[in-house]
Amino acid sequence: MEAIKDIFNKYPEAGRDNLIPILQDIQNVEGFLSKESIVEVGSFLNMPSSKIFGVATFYNQFRFQPNGKNHIQVCRGTACHVLGSATVLQEMEKQLKVKAGETTRDGLFSIEVVACIGACGLAPVISVNGEFYAKVNAKSLAEIIETYKNKEDK
Amino acid sequence: MDRIQGNIWDLLREKAVSNNLGSKDSAEKLSLLKREKVSKTVIYIGAGTCGLGAGVGKSLVKVKSYLEAKSIDAEIVEVGCIGLCAAEPIVDIQLPDHNRISFSKVTDDTVDALLDAVFNLELPEDIETLYQFPTAGNRSWEGVPNFSEHPYFAKQQRLVLRNCGTLNPVSIDEYIAIGGYQSYLKTINTHQPEQVCNMVEDSGLRGRGGGGFTTGTKWKFALNTPAEQKYLICNADEGDPGAFMDRAVIEGDPHRLIEGMMIAAFGIGATKGYVYIRAEYPLAIERLRIALDHAREYGLLGKNIFGSGINFDIKVKMGAGAFVCGEETALINSIEGKRGMPKPRPPFPAVKGLFGSPTIINNVETLSCLPVIIPDGVTTFNSIGTEKSKGTKVFALSGKVKLTGLVEVPMGTTIREVIFGIAGGVPNNKKFKSVQIGGPSGGCITEENLDIQVDYDSLLEIGAMMGSGGLVVMDEDTCMVDVAKFFMDFIQRESCGKCIPCREGTRRMLEILESITHKPVNGSQNEALERFKGITQLENLGKVIKDTSLCGLGQTAPNPVLSTLKWFREEYEEHIFDRKCNANVCTELRMFTIDVDKCTGCTICAKKCPTDAIIGSRKAPHFIVDDKCISCGNCFDVCKFDSIVIS
Repeated sequence: MEAIKDIFNKYPEAGRDNLIPILQDIQNVEGFLSKESIVEVGSFLNMPSSKIFGVATFYNQFRFQPNGKNHIQVCRGTACHVLGSATVLQEMEKQLKVKAGETTRDGLFSIEVVACIGACGLAPVISVNGEFYAKVNAKSLAEIIETYKNKEDK
Repeated sequence: MDRIQGNIWDLLREKAVSNNLGSKDSAEKLSLLKREKVSKTVIYIGAGTCGLGAGVGKSLVKVKSYLEAKSIDAEIVEVGCIGLCAAEPIVDIQLPDHNRISFSKVTDDTVDALLDAVFNLELPEDIETLYQFPTAGNRSWEGVPNFSEHPYFAKQQRLVLRNCGTLNPVSIDEYIAIGGYQSYLKTINTHQPEQVCNMVEDSGLRGRGGGGFTTGTKWKFALNTPAEQKYLICNADEGDPGAFMDRAVIEGDPHRLIEGMMIAAFGIGATKGYVYIRAEYPLAIERLRIALDHAREYGLLGKNIFGSGINFDIKVKMGAGAFVCGEETALINSIEGKRGMPKPRPPFPAVKGLFGSPTIINNVETLSCLPVIIPDGVTTFNSIGTEKSKGTKVFALSGKVKLTGLVEVPMGTTIREVIFGIAGGVPNNKKFKSVQIGGPSGGCITEENLDIQVDYDSLLEIGAMMGSGGLVVMDEDTCMVDVAKFFMDFIQRESCGKCIPCREGTRRMLEILESITHKPVNGSQNEALERFKGITQLENLGKVIKDTSLCGLGQTAPNPVLSTLKWFREEYEEHIFDRKCNANVCTELRMFTIDVDKCTGCTICAKKCPTDAIIGSRKAPHFIVDDKCISCGNCFDVCKFDSIVIS
């Protein structure tokens, strides 16, 4: 909760137009939006929590469960689709044994499907913890996952 | 009438030079800052998102360790994306007294060889040399084409992308050295806001974000609405999958956008500006924030700019991942901290927008055109393009095309020229099928329409639209029904839910497309009938959604289906009547048989079959029971003897 107080301090005289930036900051620090933090935001902005949930659930960016340690974003833009991102996603779900939107049991990986990362020239693209991997196929995908698994073992 | 006393731009330039190269301003030092000349070697790394995705980060580490090991004094500059994504990672090297030269696909294992060669004034053997930037007084590299002669760039006309990939995006000094912010200072010194609006209207500039409304006309609405507070919003919520020109402009040349916003704000009398940018573009946000800080430091943004009495400042607002927020009224709601749902118009945002005040929303590319239009006068801009669409347009090329990347061409260039003339056509000797323009709101252009001159109006005539200018090329291996399904899936997820036709209708359209591309569940006659009705239902639904939705998203939502239906009706019919997908994309419609002459009876396919649809005894040819087969393709993947045939 300390961290949330720090975020609030950054917004003196905050109004409703600061709601989304505040939620984004909280998610940056905590990784997701917990019930408690949404209630806190409600009392800070003098808004009912239901309204805040209404806003937060509207936008794809906000999550209500923690992510895995390595967060994988799979781009499902048009260019990626034409070059086989559906197969990449399928393969990833098979290798990690979870579906998109879920986290592996060991908490190491979570998969998120995003609309377009904007690196269409390099399709199909995935991003792991913000690092981009271009022209992914089933084989390179296995290697990528392996590198992150190995990092953990060390 | 001078709003600003004295020659501020000269002062800015002097400041820029002295910040970087000591106190004195001289022609020589200015050319150093413009990087026409360099005093020591400069290595430019193409570090846009696409470059980083291709692995330029690793190459950069390698470059640094090479320089350290050989104790070479060189400067490393991270630039944006030049637009040739297919050649990433791109590294440029400029030796003193030599032309700057570019190399493609410089991965970490080729860095050493490249630098060895270039420092010996030779061209590397295994790395493709792209082009050089000729500058008077510098030695040119023999046998290397000039930038303007390179086949990819020769036919382009770069106004918006002029500095992308060549200029250091985080240095305001370099932007000033090449004449940056001169347009703005000239605008506020020599023009009245009405004149600016008139000039933009006369230039024929139309919104580059999709709608194509005349920018100057829109500005006049805001200018002529009296209000204490007016807002300017830059729409950088580039949600259209397949478009990335806005990201490239902000990553590669953020000051151009800021200058464009300053001009627009002066034109409409806005004192507060917002850039609404996607959170998925972290690098662009970072560079934009740095650029804004610099502009404030130099007094270009803030209160009473250079004593002119003009106030203007820009805030960055991060979008939160909702496609519909690219729509003006939804975007305004999102900035106000509400759900990003559209509102009925009128009142138009230009009259009553953000917090109830007149608000102008322009796209990144539109605003980036302004520093070209205002100082040169309208005629330069007006002379480019077609009768009703002026200037240039940036297209983002992706999909099944040899050279993916950004292409800026005059309006009226044919799509054939862009895809086959500039980007090298379809790779792997495949046959071109169609190109999807304008993302989920757009449509397809087929072979027969490749030669139309592309502008806003000609595209509407063939049932497509400019949109933001994403071009996704498709070859014979792409199934158009699958593409339509992909877009409907996208749209039904992104529909905000306000209008029922869009919320429910797009989902129904998706269901119809799914039933067309799936195997029949029980084979009942009713089900077959439903499939046959699919096409007419799609058309009817599409028309209703178009007519009854509130915002641009809903009104254009059925476009991908209607457009593919118009041009590829036979593909839909194949799926429905023959249950066949000729491109072999709709996997559930595949039928497998076993070639008895090739089958050795190894049993591996039978073991991998999830539904036990393959029968046969060991060392004897197997065969597939069609009723049990779910067309997963496992047998096809595991067979070592190519005996499984897709029919």
